[in-house]
Amino acid sequence: MELDNCMAYELIEKIRNREITIQEVIQASFNKIDETDQYIHSFVNYSKQKALDKAKNFDIKLKNGQKIGKLSGLPFANKDLICMKDFPTTCCSRILDGYNPPYNAFVIEKLVEQQGAIHLGNTNMDEFAMGSSTESSCYGPTFNPWDFQRVPGGSSGGSATSIASGQAILALGSDTGGSIRCPASFTGVVGLKPTYGRVSRYGLIAFANSLDQIGPITKCVQDAALMLEIIAGKDPLDSTSIDIKVDNYTEEIKNSINKKVLGIPKEFFGEGIDKEVKISVEKSIKKLESLGSTTVEVTIPHLEYTVATYYLICMCEASSNLARYDGIRYGKITDDLSGDLFDVFKKTRGENFGPEVRRRIFLGTYALSAGYYDMFYLKALKVRALIKQDFVNAFKKCNSIVCPTMPITAFKIGELIDDPLQMYAIDILTCPVNLAGLPALSIPCGFDSNNLPIGFQIIGDYFDEKGILNIGYQLEQELNIYRKKPPTLIRGI
Amino acid sequence: MSNQHYEIMIGLEVHIQLTNLKSKLFCSCRNDYRGAEPNTCVCPICLGLPGSLPVLNEKAIEFATRLALALDCKINHRFWFFRKNYHYVDLPKGFQISQYNKAGGKAFADGGRISIKINNHKKDIILNRIHLEEDPARLVHKGSIATSPYTLVDYNRSGVCLIEIVTEPVINSPEEAREFLKQLKSVVQYSEIADLDLQGSVRVDANISIKGHERSEAKNINSFKEVERALRHEIIRQKNLLKRGKTLILETRHWDEKRRITISLRKKEFEADYRYFPEQDLTPIEITDEFIDRIKDNLPEMPSERAHRLRREYNLSEFDSDNLVLDKDIANFFEDGVNSDPSFGPNEYKQFCNWLINPISGWLNEHNKTIKNTKLHSKQVVDLVNYIKEGKITTKIAKSLIDDLMEGVSVSKLLEKKGKARISDRIFIEKLSKEAIDENPKIVEDCIDNSKAIEALIGKVMNKTRGQADPEITREIIIELLRKMGIID
Repeated sequence: MELDNCMAYELIEKIRNREITIQEVIQASFNKIDETDQYIHSFVNYSKQKALDKAKNFDIKLKNGQKIGKLSGLPFANKDLICMKDFPTTCCSRILDGYNPPYNAFVIEKLVEQQGAIHLGNTNMDEFAMGSSTESSCYGPTFNPWDFQRVPGGSSGGSATSIASGQAILALGSDTGGSIRCPASFTGVVGLKPTYGRVSRYGLIAFANSLDQIGPITKCVQDAALMLEIIAGKDPLDSTSIDIKVDNYTEEIKNSINKKVLGIPKEFFGEGIDKEVKISVEKSIKKLESLGSTTVEVTIPHLEYTVATYYLICMCEASSNLARYDGIRYGKITDDLSGDLFDVFKKTRGENFGPEVRRRIFLGTYALSAGYYDMFYLKALKVRALIKQDFVNAFKKCNSIVCPTMPITAFKIGELIDDPLQMYAIDILTCPVNLAGLPALSIPCGFDSNNLPIGFQIIGDYFDEKGILNIGYQLEQELNIYRKKPPTLIRGI
Repeated sequence: MSNQHYEIMIGLEVHIQLTNLKSKLFCSCRNDYRGAEPNTCVCPICLGLPGSLPVLNEKAIEFATRLALALDCKINHRFWFFRKNYHYVDLPKGFQISQYNKAGGKAFADGGRISIKINNHKKDIILNRIHLEEDPARLVHKGSIATSPYTLVDYNRSGVCLIEIVTEPVINSPEEAREFLKQLKSVVQYSEIADLDLQGSVRVDANISIKGHERSEAKNINSFKEVERALRHEIIRQKNLLKRGKTLILETRHWDEKRRITISLRKKEFEADYRYFPEQDLTPIEITDEFIDRIKDNLPEMPSERAHRLRREYNLSEFDSDNLVLDKDIANFFEDGVNSDPSFGPNEYKQFCNWLINPISGWLNEHNKTIKNTKLHSKQVVDLVNYIKEGKITTKIAKSLIDDLMEGVSVSKLLEKKGKARISDRIFIEKLSKEAIDENPKIVEDCIDNSKAIEALIGKVMNKTRGQADPEITREIIIELLRKMGIID
């Protein structure tokens, strides 16, 4: 049994028709993990015994003709910042070493407890989701299955590689400035960042709470639609989640797109965009036109300010969100307990946060300080409003916006890690979406000359996940590359 | 120099817990943590666990609206909660969710006033604002903070809803502060949002300055009673420094309740920078006019309104009515009592009121109790007023029985028990003696030739007073009455 070419919707059928048992599915996942994860490092903690027990239990239920959930038996990989009850959830940070949350995140209740997805383990990520390469994890980097020398993108790198390598069928990521879409783009899988408020953040450990959003990472658009159907909706425990009808995404994606108007923001194709990326994306736009969509040029004039604005806001929020980690009640505390309380706080935080996290806490704290607040934070909020307005204006002319997800393909491990500004700059096409709170989908649309995947981004109007999934699905079917396996896995390791 | 007049300026920040809420400000944990085992009224939200999010308790907005209306504040129609960032073990998130009236933020309500009276002089204490915030956890030490070998943290209090009332620096003396707090407590009680007699439900910070000099802030004053004490101490401290030619500095001081002094905590120039910014895990709060009107329509009667009504309905003086309404339970006690006896009129109202304001309130203060915590029943006071009117007991004796009364012993029982008590009120005995004479013409007739018959009349008066009339006085009065009638000479 090989899972790497199996879509979730196909596997559901196979399980229903008793062509395969759930135990076989889960065993296949762990076989794949055993075989590949030493090279890829998607996972940081496994839940093997519990998963196998659950699989057995579901098989018995099936045998007895009992009803099981929509996703029952599907191998599921969870990003290490979404709370799993009684399972280590650490944000890949030493400071949360040994922390087992006493409760499940809303999305875990939905996917695992209600619909029966089987949790394989938690996946690697940049520490506290701060990064675009999964190199800042306290557990060490994740490697791109398309080229082990390269990063998988980040911060949800482990979730993306678990899907790209066929270790898991469903995965969750979180996206603050591109953390779902960037690794989806770099590893050739589908990543969806829903509208801010579409999916409850209850149980998502915050990086920047006005930007964070949970979303699916899957092999194909239909599977992403399937996951979104389950995790979307109002949650009384998240005041920012919004009560707007959840569409029947898995059906609606199959609609024709011949009346769609696609906006092409010229700024998204400008300087800094890799030539091969640009060509591949433009080819895909032609495909969409061949499917009956029309295109129109739109403009996002404030794009050049988005990276600065995004980083200012996310650092300010992070400096406050991460203030609670002091090692006193949970997580790791310094061994040197000498001095007063504040000495212990300082040592604990200094020793157990990585350099990128410390950098962002420092900068965010500085920017929020008396005398700087108006100059930095308030100004960033004003620019954020302008960027949002740019999109609102653009959506007056089109249904969805199409552009590259990332300006480049996967880079080499270590290439940017010592150059934070350049690392930040590659978020230019993803972070404006978070600033505006819009939904966006990344699907693979081709490969560059190094045979590395290229991501195609579809940005939708507020709560129009239906529209972007529809376009994504039609393009995916037309391109028909979504079953392509990473060469490292074909060769065998 | 020594007689120099110092103008005192005091501003208060009063934090009160909305103890009448059922759940905490941002989660559904039990708000009434008193008496609970430590760390049992907690959940991921009030423990600030990673991934948890606050959800506003809408009842808290309703309670704050009631108070804002009662204090005549201007309610802001739309505002964000703000994060106040600082590190301390009592703050599990590393920030407190509060409100802020700068940096684009707004308080819950601005302005407002509380009227006080000092020596019959009326003054309005102007408020700056009121706002909502969450209470930090409770720290428990063995003995004093300085010498305790450990700090224990009880998160039961974490996330309880506080409302902060900030005055303008217009309070000019500790007495004014005391009167202000008295009236505030009364308004809070009438608004039915909190019971400020509960331990730990009140915390006050006081800004104190002498005009023309830097101010100091006295923190950690944990009851209304302590405020006056802390202020007196701080004013004397500041005056003494000035008299010695020293300069006052801007500083934060800690009120040490045990030693009754303030201790310097930090100079203000090093004051923490709280890095306030909007709490985006909550959406902006919208308060509509319709909502405010609905609360206004259902607002309970406030103390000043009640005082007016009591003057009108019971003919009470301004002094009596103002004092009577201060504690709602006492005012209720009054109305329940006087209305239970249809024979009561203005005289009895006044008597009943006097009992409450003087002996009973005095006893409550002395024993640090509220009227609800005693067994006193309004029927007892009704009986007292009647018995005194009928001369069955004198005011003086009744007052001496206050301890038993507060224990709920009925007045008739008390009279039996205290049978040896003597009635020596001449007017009263004369009245009863006249009655005895009128009712017993046969005995009176006997008195003409039988001096022993006088004893029978005295016995009748004794019967009427259950043996408490002073027999000598009674004898004198009866003899005098019989003389006047020409029965004896």
